[in-house]
Amino acid sequence: MAVQKNMDPHKCPMPVQDPMVRRRNFEEVALGYTYEMAVNEAKRCLNCKNKPCRTACPVQIDIPAFIERVANEDMEGAYQIIAQSSSLPAVCGRVCPQERQCESKCVRGIKGESVGIGRLERFVADWHREHCTEAPALPTPNGHKVAIIGAGPSGLTAAGDLAKAGYKVTIYEALHVAGGVLVYGIPEFRLPKIIVQKEIDNLKAIGVDIETNMVIGKVLTVDELFDMGFEAVYIGSGAGLPRFMNIPGESLKGVYSANEYLTRINLMKAYQPGSKTPIKHSKKVAVVGGGNVAMDAARSAMRMGAEEVYIVYRRGMEELPARKEEVEHAEEEGIIFKTLTNPVEVLSNEAGEVCGMKCVEMELGEPDASGRRRPVVKEGSEFVLDVDTMIMAIGTSPNPLIRSTTPGLETNAKGCIVTDGEDGLTTREGVYAGGDAVTGAATVILAMGAGKAAAKAIDEYIRKKAEG
Amino acid sequence: MYKIVRKQELNPTVTLMEIEAPLIAKKAEPGQFIIFRTFSDSERVPLTIADYDREKGTVTIIFQIVGGATMELNTLQEGDSICDFVGPLGKPSETDGLKKVAVVGGGVGCAIAYPIAKKLHSLGCEVHSIVGFRNKDLVILEEEFKAVSDRLCMMTDDGSYGTKGLVTNALEELIQAGNEYDEVIAIGPVIMMKFVCLLTKKYNVKTIVSMNPIMIDGTGMCGGCRLTVGGETKFACVDGPDFDGHLVDFDEAMHRGTMYRDFEAHAREASCYLLKKEVQ
Repeated sequence: MAVQKNMDPHKCPMPVQDPMVRRRNFEEVALGYTYEMAVNEAKRCLNCKNKPCRTACPVQIDIPAFIERVANEDMEGAYQIIAQSSSLPAVCGRVCPQERQCESKCVRGIKGESVGIGRLERFVADWHREHCTEAPALPTPNGHKVAIIGAGPSGLTAAGDLAKAGYKVTIYEALHVAGGVLVYGIPEFRLPKIIVQKEIDNLKAIGVDIETNMVIGKVLTVDELFDMGFEAVYIGSGAGLPRFMNIPGESLKGVYSANEYLTRINLMKAYQPGSKTPIKHSKKVAVVGGGNVAMDAARSAMRMGAEEVYIVYRRGMEELPARKEEVEHAEEEGIIFKTLTNPVEVLSNEAGEVCGMKCVEMELGEPDASGRRRPVVKEGSEFVLDVDTMIMAIGTSPNPLIRSTTPGLETNAKGCIVTDGEDGLTTREGVYAGGDAVTGAATVILAMGAGKAAAKAIDEYIRKKAEG
Repeated sequence: MYKIVRKQELNPTVTLMEIEAPLIAKKAEPGQFIIFRTFSDSERVPLTIADYDREKGTVTIIFQIVGGATMELNTLQEGDSICDFVGPLGKPSETDGLKKVAVVGGGVGCAIAYPIAKKLHSLGCEVHSIVGFRNKDLVILEEEFKAVSDRLCMMTDDGSYGTKGLVTNALEELIQAGNEYDEVIAIGPVIMMKFVCLLTKKYNVKTIVSMNPIMIDGTGMCGGCRLTVGGETKFACVDGPDFDGHLVDFDEAMHRGTMYRDFEAHAREASCYLLKKEVQ
């Protein structure tokens, strides 16, 4: 059915909680499109034949097809199209950097704003969750077993695809709950945990087993998983230990890694009144780093009651690696951006607590290996930022537990697992890997893309072996 | 869920629990730890493994009731289950090639020192155990230590049992008496480990300590358990918990350990209050 196109050059704005209200609560910031907004926004899609948006999606969702269904008010049909490619649409609709992926290639973006693909994806996934009561169809078992290490976005995606293809999948998760970074890292106000839980329940409903409290590399090794009858193993163990800057004062009370700060708040629920998990109730906080994790930490600190929260980043606003929307939301909430600034020392009071951060100003020089302009210190620019808490969000280095207990599994100089091409095959037969364990800290959707590619490769590998 | 098959009060503030956890029991080695969560809203707390029985499939933990989390755990009885129990985490203590070792335990740290003494003894190593407690009422595992030690020095701060004095007094005497140890293994309060290391440095005896800093995940993710060892940042959960004691920055570790002292005191009071209410 042909629908009247909506030629408005602007995206339908996302309804959001008022910044001055939301900066003090952990409820979701973006409220989601209404039915009418979604249908209207969907009508902005030109349904291009060559689908540039789709090629820019790490899991290759047939974007114009699902949006067409939305325009035709067939929400369940739209969901089914997304579900063919993505196991976690309600998550991706919220946390993907769409402006660098699908939406960056949208033809409507040439003369105006791109179609709000992420917002529509979120709408469709939420609509499905709220309206669909039908249990998903149980796949026909094919008699083969696959083990997955890590119940984060990468492992959950691989599990979903393999289970749908008939594999008996067991996910081993180190923490006491499944979800990985979706539960310990990304805060409630950006990704409500009930949504993550629902996506995990969907996987369980199609037969995926999730065993929590299982640290592979310790309680069982990869080799033992093969002995238990698993024919292939997918390692999606995620990023590991937080990096620090190795500047004086990083061991003071009041210096957190973003992982620790966010884990206390999200996984251990320190934001809820009466929580048993201790956390510092800071007045003035500096978060060092410019990625999504830095934004999450800064905005969480604000919600925990801080009076002033700074993002301290050594490059400029243009170079911030975080999702654009997160930066905008952070600014609206009153987070102060100290860009072109780099800490050189954390200062201590007599009690050994953080009482300030000595910083230098930076300026941008010639482009470095990453293509970004290299920040260099401005002479004589030293100053002290008055803070009582410092949160380091400058990345992580891979977890050593699996590589140190799996003979024949090669890792690179940084400790990332080496894989052959895009299908995630490691240097061990039948062992695949993807996500942050391979790439170092990256995004949810890239980890999902890797999980998807590996699931396909594992399926091919096991079929071939069964035939041979 | 992980069932408590045995609960025993070792002294008024220290409890032993034997937990059904067959997979962990199969892999556990001295020096490794577990993380427990009593209920679904409890904190994650690390505890070093005190013993394991591979055949029975059980892991033994010994804990001092010091804060809200350990009080909660202590409310459970034999037959009850712990919500989460994960491990074995951390690296096992190295025992290869050791012929003569002094094992030094302080207070509830003896619970962690014991499995190492036991393993060394079983490997044919000469074990001299020095255990220290504040007073007689707090002594734990005396018989167990006796069974695996070639020599046992019992020390109490107030002299109410054994010899009056600190573990460092006994260790120095043994060293001065001509005992040449391949290694000293010291486990107990950070302050005790610090002073053992100051002593052994003087005599140039290699010393291993077991660190137990604040931790959340225990698997190399949060970075809360970082320590400075030999000028480098190390993570107790994946690089330890055993470290070369002569390289550990103990003052920093002690300092970081007090991060949540006020919160903990408050949590302890809150738990006491709840327990009291239950009793009434």
